[in-house]
Amino acid sequence: MSATTTGNGTYVGQSLRRKEDPRLITGQGSYVDDVNLPGQLWAAWVRSPEAHAKITSIDTSAAKERPGVVAVYTNADLDMEAGLPMAWVPPGVEVNTPDHWVLAKDAVKHVGDPVALVVGTSRYSVVDAAEDVIVEYDPLPVVTDPEAAIAGGPFVHEQFGTNKVCDWSLGGGDLEKGFAEADVILERRIVNHRMAGAAIEPRGVLAQHRAGKLTVWSSTQVPHFLRLFLTILLGIPEDRVRVIAPEVGGGFGSKLNIYAEEVGCAWASIKLRRPVKWIETRSEGMMVTHHGRDQINYVKIGAKRDGTLTAWHTRILADLGAYQMLLTPLIPPLSAFVMSGVYNTPAVQTDVTGVMTNKFATDAIRGAGRPEATHTIEVMMDQLAQELGMDGLELRRKNFIPPFENGHETAMGIVYDSGNYVAALDKLLEHIDPAEVRQEAEGLREKGVYRGIGFSTYTEICGNAPSRAVGPSAFGLQGGGWESATVRVHASGSVTLYTGTSPHGQGHETGFAQIVADRLGIDPSMVEVIHGDTDTGPWGLDTYGSRSLAVGGEAAARTAKKVADKATQIVAHQLEAAPEDIELRDGKWSVRGSPDRGMTLAEVAGAAYIPENLPEGMEPGLDEQTFYDPENFVFPFGAHACVVDIDAETGKVKVVRWVAVDDCGPAINPLLIDGQVHGGITHGIGQALYERIEYDESGQLVTGTFVDYALPTAAELPSYETDRTETRSPVNTLGVKGVGEAGTIAATPAVLNAVLDALRPLGVTYIDMPLSPMRIWEAIQDAKGKAGAPA
Amino acid sequence: MIPAEFDYAVAGSLDEAIQMLVDGGEDAKLLAGGHSLIPLMKLRLAAPSLLVDLRKVPGLGGINREDGTWRIGALTPHTVLEHSPDLGLASTVAGTIADPQVRNRGTIGGSLAHGDPASDLPAVLLAAEGSVTVQGPDGQRTIEASDLFQNYMETAIGPTEVLTEVRMPAFDGWGHGYEKFNRRSEDWAMVAVSALVKQTGDVCEDVRVSLTNMGSVPLRAKAVEDALRGQSLTADSIAKAAEQAAEGTDPPADLNASADYKRHLARVLTRRALTQAAGLT
Amino acid sequence: MSKTVPVRLQVNGVEHAIDVEPRLLLVHAIRENLGLTGTHVGCDTSNCGACTVHLDGRAVKSCTVLAVQADGASVTTIEGMGTEDDLHPLQEAFWNDHGLQCGYCTPGMIMAAAGLLADNPNPTEAEVRKGLEGNLCRCTGYHNIVKAVLDASKSKGATVGQSEVTA
Repeated sequence: MSATTTGNGTYVGQSLRRKEDPRLITGQGSYVDDVNLPGQLWAAWVRSPEAHAKITSIDTSAAKERPGVVAVYTNADLDMEAGLPMAWVPPGVEVNTPDHWVLAKDAVKHVGDPVALVVGTSRYSVVDAAEDVIVEYDPLPVVTDPEAAIAGGPFVHEQFGTNKVCDWSLGGGDLEKGFAEADVILERRIVNHRMAGAAIEPRGVLAQHRAGKLTVWSSTQVPHFLRLFLTILLGIPEDRVRVIAPEVGGGFGSKLNIYAEEVGCAWASIKLRRPVKWIETRSEGMMVTHHGRDQINYVKIGAKRDGTLTAWHTRILADLGAYQMLLTPLIPPLSAFVMSGVYNTPAVQTDVTGVMTNKFATDAIRGAGRPEATHTIEVMMDQLAQELGMDGLELRRKNFIPPFENGHETAMGIVYDSGNYVAALDKLLEHIDPAEVRQEAEGLREKGVYRGIGFSTYTEICGNAPSRAVGPSAFGLQGGGWESATVRVHASGSVTLYTGTSPHGQGHETGFAQIVADRLGIDPSMVEVIHGDTDTGPWGLDTYGSRSLAVGGEAAARTAKKVADKATQIVAHQLEAAPEDIELRDGKWSVRGSPDRGMTLAEVAGAAYIPENLPEGMEPGLDEQTFYDPENFVFPFGAHACVVDIDAETGKVKVVRWVAVDDCGPAINPLLIDGQVHGGITHGIGQALYERIEYDESGQLVTGTFVDYALPTAAELPSYETDRTETRSPVNTLGVKGVGEAGTIAATPAVLNAVLDALRPLGVTYIDMPLSPMRIWEAIQDAKGKAGAPA
Repeated sequence: MIPAEFDYAVAGSLDEAIQMLVDGGEDAKLLAGGHSLIPLMKLRLAAPSLLVDLRKVPGLGGINREDGTWRIGALTPHTVLEHSPDLGLASTVAGTIADPQVRNRGTIGGSLAHGDPASDLPAVLLAAEGSVTVQGPDGQRTIEASDLFQNYMETAIGPTEVLTEVRMPAFDGWGHGYEKFNRRSEDWAMVAVSALVKQTGDVCEDVRVSLTNMGSVPLRAKAVEDALRGQSLTADSIAKAAEQAAEGTDPPADLNASADYKRHLARVLTRRALTQAAGLT
Repeated sequence: MSKTVPVRLQVNGVEHAIDVEPRLLLVHAIRENLGLTGTHVGCDTSNCGACTVHLDGRAVKSCTVLAVQADGASVTTIEGMGTEDDLHPLQEAFWNDHGLQCGYCTPGMIMAAAGLLADNPNPTEAEVRKGLEGNLCRCTGYHNIVKAVLDASKSKGATVGQSEVTA
C-alpha cells in the first residue's frame, strides 16, 4: 500500500536550472581527453587514402624506428577472433554482412579504413610515425552511387556476388485495392542525403589494463554495450571490464557504436601493459565516425479527389556504405515503422533494400530512419495538395488520425500510444497565420525576395524499446530494450540514483533528480544522478533513440516509488499507524491529519540503517532497484512551421521564422524540452540547407572538414518560437514521451515545403535537399527554361 | 591535427628577419598572425622547415595617412582594419573576414602575402590600385597590386623578402560597396565583389570593380568599369554594365558552385556592390 | 625533434615558464602543459571555436596559435572567468538560460561572447548572432546561447577584463 505522494508535482514540471552546469561553465567537466594516466601512450591510425584497393604491402620499419614509437600493429598482429559487431539478425531475412576487422585485412573498402595502428609516447610523435608507415595499394573499381551499386558491380565485397545487403518489408492493408480506388496517384523519387552527427567533441578513448582489469574511458553513448563487446572480442570476463563514459560532448547517434578505435586501443593497452589513448581529429571523424540518412525513397501514393489517402507505398534504397556497424542495416527499417505518419492511410507498405558502396557505414544519426520517413511523408502531403489544388493543412486535417488516448493501430499493425494531432496543429496556428505570411510574401517579391511557409505535422516512434517487440525473435535486434535504475538513500538522507542510461548533454542529472525528489519528498539538489560507469550501477542499455526519459526515467520513478513504499511501511511502523494513513507532504511522511507527527527521508533512512525498530521481517537499508521493460514504444508528435526567404537571384535561403508545437506528454522540465527542440530543429535545418557528406566518383570524401561540412552557425539562424501540448502516454506512469529527436524528425520537410512554397510562383515544383544556393538557382533556371520553351 | 616539425626563430628586426630567411633556405617561411599558414600546416599541406616570427619586429604596425594615401603596417590585424572606418572599403571588407577570433589574429600583410584568391583583401588591394612595400637582401621595393598576385597562392614577393607595408589611396569622396556571397557567415567567399565609385552628380567619373575567387588570382572587372566610366550611374546603367562582370573569367568549380553559377553570382554581386557604392540602395 | 623553445605565459594571472616544441599549439600548451582542460578542441580548421581563449585581451582560436607565438603574453581561459562560487555574469547567464547541453563548446562560446561584449557591450540579437559566427554548437541550436549573451549584456561586470581594439 502506497502513501499519497503529495510531493508529486513539486519539482516535476518546473524549469529548474541544470545541476550539470556549474562544472561545465567553469571548465571543470572531465571529457575523455581531460583524463590522463601515468605511463600513458598515444595511438594514431594509418588510414587508407583509397576507397577500394588491395593492400599489397605494409612497411612499418621506418615508423618503428621513430623515437618514442613503442609499437606498430597491422591486421597480422591482431589476435581477435571476431571483428566489430553488427547486432541485427531479423528472422527469415538474409543479411549480407562482411567481416569488419579493427585493422583492414588484405583490402580496404573506404577512404579512412584503418590499416595500421601506431602507438608511442607522445601525441605529436605518433602522428609523424603514422606518416612513415608505407602502404602499397592495388586499386580496385569503386562504386559510390547506390542506384549503380544495386544494379550491378563493381562489388564492394566480391564474396557476396551482389552489393545488396538485404530486403526487408513491413506493410498492412490492401495496397492494390487502395491504388485501385485512388483518383490520383502521385510518384516521386525523394533523396535524403548522407549527413554526419558532428558532435562538437570528437570521439576519443583511453584504455588501461592494470591488475587484471581493463578500464576504458570512451566518449560513447553506450558504455554498457561497449563493455559487453570488449568482453566478447577480447575474451575478458565482463566483471573484469569497466567502461566509463565521462563527460560526453554530444553524440546525436554518432557515439552509439562499437568502434575500431575503442577495441584497438583496449587491445593495445593489454598487449603493451600501458594505458593507450586516442583522440579523434575532426578530419578523421568525418571519415570514420558513422554517417546517417543516405536513403532514396521511391514513393507512390494514392488519394481520392477529396484528399482522402487510399494507399502509400515506399521503396527505400538505403546506402549503407562498405561495412555494417552495430545497427547499420536496421536503421532504414525504422523508417517503415512510422510510414503512416499521423494519417489514417488504410494501406501502407514499405520495402527496404540496403546496398553496399565504398563509403563509410551509415548508422543511427539523430532520428535514425524516422527523419527520412517523415521527410517523405510530409513532402508528399504538400505535393499531393498541389496536385489536388487543396490547401496542404486542409489535406492533413482530412487524413489525421482522430484524437486517441490509449492506442491506435495503424494499417501496418503498429500501435501508437496516444495522439492529438489536430490539437497540435491548432495550437501552432495560434502562433502563426499562414495567410499573413503569404501576404508578407506578396510585398517582398518585388524586391526579389521569395518568402514561403512550410509545415510538418509528424509523429515518431521512440522510447526504445519493448524487448518483446525489438528482440531476436521479433524485429531481430540481438538485445532487449529495458532500462534499470537503483535508488540508494544514504544514511544521512541524501540520495544517489544510478541510471543505466548514459547522457551526453540531455540533462538527466537534473530531470531524473526532479522525478526522484518528488517521490521522496526532498530537494533535487539532494539527488545525485550517477551514469555512464559500468562499475557503479546495474546493467543498463544506455542512451539513444529518445529512450532515456520514457524508459530510464520511468525506471527511476518506479524505483523511487519502491523506496517511498518502504519508507511508508517504516513510518507507519514507527508511528504506529496504518500504512494507508501515511502521506508524504512537504518533505515529511506523516499520518494523514496529523502533520506534526512525521518523519523526513533522513529520519526514515536513519531508521532503516539502524534497524532497531523495523516492521517484522523487513530487511534493513533503503536501496531499491528496478528493471523496467516498457510494454510499448511512445509516439511523440507535433506540428512545425518554417518561414524562409529566398534571394531568387542567388538562390540563397534564409530561415526567418520557426514555430514549433511539440507534444512529449507532461513536461518534467520545460527548459530541457525546449533545449532539445531547439537543437533538434537546427539539426534538421542543417541537413536541409547546409550539411552534406559527399563523396566523389572515386570514393574520395570531399566534405572532410568543418570547412566543407557546413554546420550552421548562430549567424545563419533565427530564434525559435516553441510551445507544447501535453497528451499523456498510457505506456508509462510519468505519461512521458521522448523529445530528443522530435525536432530533427519534424524539421527537414518543413524547410523543403517552405522553399517549394516560396518558389512556386517561379514554377519550381520539387527539389531535393540539400537546398544549396546553387541547387535552388539551377531549379529556378530550369523552371524558367521550361516556361519559356515552346509547347 | 598537428603540424610537422619545424624550427622557429623570432626576428628582432627587419634585417634579422631577412637574414633568417636567407639562411633558412627555400623552406623557411615568415610567420605573422599565422592564420593562413598554421591551418595549412596542421593539415600538413604546408611543412616549412623554419618559421621566422615577425611579431617582435618594430615598425610593422599602425595605420597612418600620408598625402592622400593610407599606409598600413603589415602586421595590422583584420580587427583593427574593421574598427578603422576611415579606411572605407578595406574596413568594410575586413569586417567580413571569417570570424572575430580569426580577425583578431590574421593580418593584412599575411593575407596579401598568402595570395589566396578566395581571401577578401587581395581583391581590395587590386581595386584600390594599391601597392605593397617589401624589403629583402637587396633593399626595399614597391610591388603594385596589379603585379603582386601572379598565380594561385603565388605572389611576386621573393622568398627572402618581407612585406612591410600596404599602401592604398584614401579614395576621399568615393563610394564603396562590398558583396560577399557565402553559405555561412564564417565561410570564405564563394564569390565576392569589391566596388569603388567616384561620381559627380550622377556621372561616374571613375570606377573600380574587382572579383574574389573568380580565378587563380583576384581579378579586375575591366569591362564593367569601362562600361560605366563617364556614364550616368543609374540602376539601369549599373545593371547593364554588371552583365559583363564575368567576361573572360574561368572560375574554379567546387561542390557548391559550378563555374556557370559563379559567373552568374559575379554579375549579380557586381550590380549590388556598384549600387551600394553609388549610393543607390 | 626540433629544438625546444622556452615560453613564458601568464595564464589567468599566474606566471608559467615551459619549454615547448615550436609546433606545439597554444591549446595543447594550455591543456597538457598547464593542465587547464576547460579549453577544448573540436576541429582542425579554425571553424568550431571550442578552443577560444583571450590572448592579451582578445579572443583567439588557440588551436591556430603556436605556443611560441604567445611567449610573454597573457592568456585568459574559461578557468579564469569565474568559479562555481563566483561566476562571471556570462557563466551565470548561460546557466540561467540553459545555454549549454553537452558543455563541450561552452567554454569557447563564453570566451567568444566575452570578446563580443568587450567590443559591443549592448549588442542586438543580430549582432550577437554575427558575433558568434566563429563558434559551433550542435546541441542548443544557439537559441539559448544568444539569449544568455543578451541577458549577460544587461548585467553589470559582463565586460570586465577585456581590452579595447587599438590600432
